[in-house]
Amino acid sequence: MNLQSNHRLPRQATSQVAEPVAGLRNGNGALVEVRDVHKVFRRGEERIEVLNGLSLDVAPGEFLALMGPSGSGKSTLLNLIGGLDRPTRGAIRVGGEQIDKMSDGRLARWRARHVGFVFQLYNLLPVLTAERNVELPLLLTKLSRAQRRQHVQTALGVVGLADRAKHFPRQLSGGQEQRVGIARALVTDPTLLLCDEPTGDLDRKAGDEILDLLQALNREQGKAVIMVTHDPHAAARAGRTVYLDKGVLSTEAVA
Amino acid sequence: MKYLPILFANLRRRKLRTAFTLLVIVIAFVLFGFLGAIRQAFSMGVDLAGADRLITTHKTSIILFLPKSYQQRIARTPGVTLVTHASWFGGIYQNPNQNFQAIFQGPVEPAAYLKMYPEFKLPRDQFEAWLADREGAIVGRSTAEKYDWKLGQRIPVQATIWRKKDGSQLWEFNLRGIYDGEQKGTDATQFLFRYDYFDEARQFGQGTVGWYLLRIADPEKAPAVARAVDDQFANSPYETKTTTEKALIQGFADQIGNIGLIITGILTAVFFTMLLVAGNTMAQTVRERTSELAVLKTLGFTNRKVLGLVLAESCLLAVLGGGLGLLLGWLLVSRGDPTGGFLPIFFLPAKDVALGVALIFALGLATGFLPGLQAMRLRIVDALRRV
Repeated sequence: MNLQSNHRLPRQATSQVAEPVAGLRNGNGALVEVRDVHKVFRRGEERIEVLNGLSLDVAPGEFLALMGPSGSGKSTLLNLIGGLDRPTRGAIRVGGEQIDKMSDGRLARWRARHVGFVFQLYNLLPVLTAERNVELPLLLTKLSRAQRRQHVQTALGVVGLADRAKHFPRQLSGGQEQRVGIARALVTDPTLLLCDEPTGDLDRKAGDEILDLLQALNREQGKAVIMVTHDPHAAARAGRTVYLDKGVLSTEAVA
Repeated sequence: MKYLPILFANLRRRKLRTAFTLLVIVIAFVLFGFLGAIRQAFSMGVDLAGADRLITTHKTSIILFLPKSYQQRIARTPGVTLVTHASWFGGIYQNPNQNFQAIFQGPVEPAAYLKMYPEFKLPRDQFEAWLADREGAIVGRSTAEKYDWKLGQRIPVQATIWRKKDGSQLWEFNLRGIYDGEQKGTDATQFLFRYDYFDEARQFGQGTVGWYLLRIADPEKAPAVARAVDDQFANSPYETKTTTEKALIQGFADQIGNIGLIITGILTAVFFTMLLVAGNTMAQTVRERTSELAVLKTLGFTNRKVLGLVLAESCLLAVLGGGLGLLLGWLLVSRGDPTGGFLPIFFLPAKDVALGVALIFALGLATGFLPGLQAMRLRIVDALRRV
């Protein structure tokens, strides 16, 4: 899938929203740097160690698939990289900033500027039209209404849904809903896309379209993509796949 | 402003629930406006009563007469600067249902009465026309408009107790003036005619009046002046009781009950119920949207912004319901005295409108605060159930 040239997100126009990728490398050149991260959950007296001293680097513009059995900690790791949760121990740096030390407010603003999230169940607001859903992250910026509208149209154009702007989620197919979800993740022109089982709720055809789209965004717009998936077919689209089992990463699938 | 589409969309999410909640708020604020006007109607006379005006009535009851000869003796009392009198007439215009009886109608001394009540504004030429016509009468603007009376019109009034010397109970007056109230709360309903004509034409009671109205030089000496007046007539067949106009009007209002307290009680119950209903709606609406709120936080909405969104939504609900309620209440009150005459001063005061607006925002903040706090404290990963 090729993104139409007139549907590329105008990076200069969105510079108020996100910083360019080149400015977001860590010291070692990685965009994402996870170091010796532990994550422990407590359920009553029980102590569950989900991540156990995990380290991972993701380069700018890389498409990484994260696989592993249920409960292996894939989504937990994704949440930590996206600043939705904090590690019990260890450090996470994204684009040169140590996000695990940020205050809640600063972390929220950081997420708005630098990360786009794509969920398995799309998580669109059912009472808003597609364009209003896509506009949500832009409400946090100082863009004018006209500028917001322009960005929304561009993002919907990128995912091929410009003609569905006024439709409510219930009026869209699952694949279309997910594409609106991707447009919402893209609209602020973030450096990093975090996708949690983006094809997990779709049939093969719709899933392939979503994977095509993610691949195009990665190749043509240089977005770094980290995708959690159970599906080897989906993981095959990524440039690199890592496996997570019992809180430990490996480069090969565990039998 | 940019969040308004989200707020409205959320209110449309459960239309029936929102409609019922709005209805409760609307009803509460209609009641607030209407009862506010009733409370005002009962307290306005007291509020506007002249601090320098006293009323002397028969010691036993205001319905018993006093001799006309008292006027000069009262006028000589130290501290009294003006004395005039009024009497109760209680006539019927056209039919009893018109409630004309509820309006004060009475024989008065034109010049002295208007001097006593300078808040009644009567054009000079109309005043002179009244003085020139013994059967002349003047009326307040609201009564004139109610009956569509015009200057020069002959007004027939059927007396209930006052028979004329010819045995007839029909009194006819020529409308010579229409007065306006100086301010919004001034009683513009009274129907006033000349005492000299009334006293000469009536079959009985000549030389008596209903009560005296006194103006005093120093309101702070009102108790002493009142005592001095009453002392003059102690142990006579017509003992008097002098009190301030304010106390007399308050006494009438108190005969019905503590209106202010009753109305405050009703409104407290109504608002408490409304608070529970609106609060429950907001609590439910936040509980149902836990995952959506988590999505907003994921997208970068800060905790404060999420709290702000919930509060804005509850305030919007309160503003829509409360604003409509106040407007309907105001329209209802603007139609005038619902009793047809017992509450001549009937309007929604500006201070009650301001209080209503303050209550609207207090309601919005009160109903949104706890759900908003809950939304603010929401942990994204828990709410998304994606651990």
